Amino acid sequence: MNANFQLSQLSSSLAPEDEFVPRLEACARDIRRISIAAIYRATSGHPGGSLSCADLLAALYGSELKLNANDPLASDRNRFVLSKGHAAPALYAAWARFGFMKPHEVLTLRKLGSRAQGHPHVGDLPLAETSTGSLGQGFSAAIGMALGVRHQRKTARIYTILGDGELQEGEVWEGAMCAAHHKLSNLCAIVDYNKLQSDDRNAAIMGLEPLAQKWRAFGWNTLEISGHDIASIIAAFGEARAVENRPAVIIAHTIKGKGVAYMEDQPLWHGSVKLTREQAETALVSLGTPATQIKELLDVRG
Amino acid sequence: MSAVEKMASPQLIGSSGDSLREAFGKALSEFANDYPNVVVLDADIAGGTGVHHFRKSHPDRFFQFGIAEQNMMAAAGGMAATGLIPIVTTFAVFCLRAVEQARLSIAYSKRNVKIVASHPGLDVGPDGGSAQALEDIAAFRAIPGMTVISPADAEEMRQATRAILDFDGPVYMRTGRSGSTKLFGPDHRFEIGKGQTLRNGKDVTLVACGVEVARALDAAQLLSREGISARVINMPTIKPIDTQLLATASRETGCIVTAEDHNIFGGLGGAVAETIVQTEPCPIEFVAVRDVFGQSGEPQELAEHYRLTAPHIADAARRAIARKKARRS
Repeated sequence: MNANFQLSQLSSSLAPEDEFVPRLEACARDIRRISIAAIYRATSGHPGGSLSCADLLAALYGSELKLNANDPLASDRNRFVLSKGHAAPALYAAWARFGFMKPHEVLTLRKLGSRAQGHPHVGDLPLAETSTGSLGQGFSAAIGMALGVRHQRKTARIYTILGDGELQEGEVWEGAMCAAHHKLSNLCAIVDYNKLQSDDRNAAIMGLEPLAQKWRAFGWNTLEISGHDIASIIAAFGEARAVENRPAVIIAHTIKGKGVAYMEDQPLWHGSVKLTREQAETALVSLGTPATQIKELLDVRG
Repeated sequence: MSAVEKMASPQLIGSSGDSLREAFGKALSEFANDYPNVVVLDADIAGGTGVHHFRKSHPDRFFQFGIAEQNMMAAAGGMAATGLIPIVTTFAVFCLRAVEQARLSIAYSKRNVKIVASHPGLDVGPDGGSAQALEDIAAFRAIPGMTVISPADAEEMRQATRAILDFDGPVYMRTGRSGSTKLFGPDHRFEIGKGQTLRNGKDVTLVACGVEVARALDAAQLLSREGISARVINMPTIKPIDTQLLATASRETGCIVTAEDHNIFGGLGGAVAETIVQTEPCPIEFVAVRDVFGQSGEPQELAEHYRLTAPHIADAARRAIARKKARRS
């Protein structure tokens, strides 16, 4: 974890001697708080799917990826692709939390001239690894990266988070076949399985079940966990690393809108939505944000 | 060889020696040692695209993606992100299937990927309308930052192959299925973004790419018999188009005919018209497929049926000259 994090006091109540898992839980809280603030300031964005993957992002950037804070783009780095690009606020918030982006830049989300575009663009933000926002493509690009680093005999690992609705794209299953065929054990996909998509529940739009069986049938090392349990997420990353000759998929059961009571499990908050002042404040209170920080997040100019 | 063995070895159709796809495949295989980061991506069609040569010469750098072009196209962007130079190969019509992957994961992501498409246009022949991509130049030309190339003969294809490997940026390049007419010797110089005047003339300029270059040269011959002096320009790079060469031709000959094995909208003709109206406006006639799909038939039959052959180019030249004269009278 990087000590440069400025905007908060956010989780400064945690002392360095605190346990690793609670520290990452605090990071996930910060990711959620910054995401809400950025979407409020942008007057548009996707809160539900940003909140559902916050713990996954905290575990990735806080534990698994092990990026060099001084050289995050080192050629032998592990790479992470947010294939569900509409959760960009959470990605930028995670970068802010771990020192790869200035917090105030995250709060320029979706503004003209900002690098924090509505969906991640690698041309502006190299750590995005590839531009995403069209579902399925980040997953395929991650497969290409896994093939590419292995071809060059590098040991780096590639991670990508997909949305559950994203799995309705045929390209995902083209990629699922491809990664298994090429035995890409350096690839770990994570499904943010919050059961909701833009218009309704997955089950109502286009059912995904039996999801784990589908991935197993495609030849993947398939793990199922709670996507809000940091210890389980970290353990699953370890299990994924341990299996040779097969790519891994972690089906992370999550709650859309997690942490904000009025958003949880409500398809309406997929977005893109405009948050009112009251909604933003209520969300931040729901996330345990102290009053002074709420003001800083929602009002202070960088 | 037993009778059964004979029956089990069908003669594969199409890999004629001087087709542009074969020229590409051989050149790529030959040059590959100079470019250790070049890798080839295939969607189960290497025998058709010419990269079977590369598969044989550099099997460790050949990646099979199966019949799944969308994943292949986006994965190419990911491979390029790790420092490789991926060459994505399939038929032009299946490149159309993955245009959006080329847009987001290659062009928008600023990846150094080369998309090399065989079987473009009516030149596909008997496979019919479903296989004849008449929209690919328009589609790929509309993607910001995408260079679009359509060489005219085997020598130019060989040089263009070297040029795209040296070029840093995304490229869409057409090859061709059928046997091509030999136009150029080793003294030919292909350069991305440059056209060449193959024949001087003062009454009209014929601008062509791909298989239409040979037909444009034939048309110039036909026109010369009636005393019409036609300039012929080979325009292998459709984007970025050679604006200067076209403006000069417009100024000096006063009218233009474009010829391409592509739909009339958005291809070479569109590119030429877009630049000419902004530089040296003149009457332009288009020889292209007139907004219809193709059908089965031999390439030459189809070219005649859809009015892409030399007599049709000559007719268009006469129309262009008449319009020029009407403007000036």
